[in-house]
Amino acid sequence: MEKETQEIIIKGINASPGICIGKAYLVDSEGVELVPKYRIQDKELSNEVKRFKAAVKNAKDELRKIVEKSPEELQHAHILETHMALLKDKMLYGRTIETVKQESVNAEWALKKVVSNLIEVFQTMTDPYLKERSADVVQVADSIMHNLVGTKKVNIAAIDKRVILVAQDLTPAETSQINLERVMGFITDRGGKASHTGIIARSLEIPAVVGLKNATASIRSDDLIIVDGNSGTVIIRPAEDNLVRYEERKIDYEEYKAVITSESKAPAESADGVSLAVMGNIELPEEVFALLNYGGDGIGLYRTEFQYFNRPDFPDEAELFDKYKDVVEAMHPKPVTIRTLDINGDKALNKQFSVEEANPALGLRAIRYCLKKPRVFKDQLRAILRAAAFGNTRILFPMISTYFEIREANRILDEVAESLEKDGLPYNRDIEIGAMIEVPSAVIMADVIAETVDFFSIGTNDLIQYALAIDRGNEQVAHLFQPLDPAIIRMLKHVADVAREKDIKIFMCGEMAGTPHHIPLLLGIGMDELSMNPQSIPDIKRVIRSLNVADTRSFMKEVLKQTTAKSTFELIKDTYGDILAERLYSG
Amino acid sequence: MNRSQPALSREVTIVNELGLHARSAAKIAGLANRSKASVWIQKGDEKADASSIVDILTLACEKGTKIAIRIENKSDFSILEDITELVESGFGE
Repeated sequence: MEKETQEIIIKGINASPGICIGKAYLVDSEGVELVPKYRIQDKELSNEVKRFKAAVKNAKDELRKIVEKSPEELQHAHILETHMALLKDKMLYGRTIETVKQESVNAEWALKKVVSNLIEVFQTMTDPYLKERSADVVQVADSIMHNLVGTKKVNIAAIDKRVILVAQDLTPAETSQINLERVMGFITDRGGKASHTGIIARSLEIPAVVGLKNATASIRSDDLIIVDGNSGTVIIRPAEDNLVRYEERKIDYEEYKAVITSESKAPAESADGVSLAVMGNIELPEEVFALLNYGGDGIGLYRTEFQYFNRPDFPDEAELFDKYKDVVEAMHPKPVTIRTLDINGDKALNKQFSVEEANPALGLRAIRYCLKKPRVFKDQLRAILRAAAFGNTRILFPMISTYFEIREANRILDEVAESLEKDGLPYNRDIEIGAMIEVPSAVIMADVIAETVDFFSIGTNDLIQYALAIDRGNEQVAHLFQPLDPAIIRMLKHVADVAREKDIKIFMCGEMAGTPHHIPLLLGIGMDELSMNPQSIPDIKRVIRSLNVADTRSFMKEVLKQTTAKSTFELIKDTYGDILAERLYSG
Repeated sequence: MNRSQPALSREVTIVNELGLHARSAAKIAGLANRSKASVWIQKGDEKADASSIVDILTLACEKGTKIAIRIENKSDFSILEDITELVESGFGE
């Protein structure tokens, strides 16, 4: 048997570049500990309040025991006495009971809601010492929560050091609960390059290795680990020599990043003078700064789901408007492409009350969900049109699979504009409307759909998944997720040709657009705009500058003759290998 | 207004190094919890319920912050005095 201190090296999929060295934080096999929400019957409400009061009493008894054991003069005991007082504080105790009664929800959820609201207030404070005071509130709330739930689990929101998160898998709802400033890297057993963990890690510019199969079995919390997101390597309990080697690599990589970023602000103009907009995909308004830093010419995809996760109700128009306006104003005059809700909103809000779908990817989501829930949809559209009065805004409708859907979406948009007119609110209806092309039926019907929109944006992640019938999060088949499959390339070509014929613009916002070796092909197809994770922008701009668009057009003729993804890749390597080889890091 | 009636509000400055932190807030709340009517702490336009540690903390009072302590019922006057003294003494720290 090997000793537990033995170094272990495991290989996975490099989902987000960068290198980090730090302590592991293991999320249990059920995923991040989530606070359940369920409805309490009116006649049970008083019992629920009693249950909460009992949990507070237990927490208080626990604290009292500790205080009694501590010598009077110890500072620590004073803190615990403060905590005992906090347990009964009306802003915590009183409000939780009020929330249980008013919203007919379980005490765990009510407590979590009250605490999250309080933490938000503390987060806005500028004095770092006072800001930290929320830690006391969190600790006290945790002790109540433990007594409510009956476990001694560590709450992930309360991690107070920077860690590397180790999990089997992380769903969007789970990642939205994590305090991301405290995470320096991700490693997961499951997932592929395009999994949610990968996307989040790339947008936060922290390294991630996914698809490691059983990393969670070999890693314990507080183990020292190295995550190399460039090569997809994870080293558990590294030996001295590897530690030194990776410290050096980490410095090298950061220097490389600094160099490439410095050239990124200049426009991407090909060697023969064709310029292309290189845009960024974002999920949070906070990412705008990084995007501009990386030289993004605009936002090609603003994913709007985040505001719908991890909360008991739908965000209202005012709340959505505030966020969109922030982004639109910060980017002006550069365009911001806001994609409407791309999930099943009911599920995001509350797993308890929604119907489980056997195939969520083929289920009620995106435009299908929105057309079924016009109230939710209209709130978002009103917020977008109002934000559009403050800067360059576009709307992108996701997952269009029939002409009917895009026609309906446009009709509702007109209705919304009329209602804003009536309400006398400033808005702008005269903005570009786009259809996301990510379902094979939309590719076939592109000529019809083109009549109703100003642009197409190809979402390659989903298009590849649906066209090749590959679940990209399933590592058994993840290797078959091939952007260079001839079927995919022909689809892209078809959509681009239709767009040109119908005189509308053609964009791409999937992962494919951010991969350097795909660029000759995408230029050859005639993309007007590419949108990607912000950190890919500098490298993609560099590749575009070194290419000749006229050459890529004739290169496309050769590409279209290929019959497999492998031969297409070989062709790219043979033709453009020298340009692509300049990269210091792959992945 | 009756001149003989003592003012129901006192202005004080936070003097302790760490500002109004949890422990000092707990001391204020401990006193305020004995009052008959509400006791408020006012900082600029914002006010906090002095019987809630959390509410006091959310006012974010650093060292040097001027606050007003206000009572609503004159029978709580001694509590006003005690809190004022507590803050002025830097919470005995």
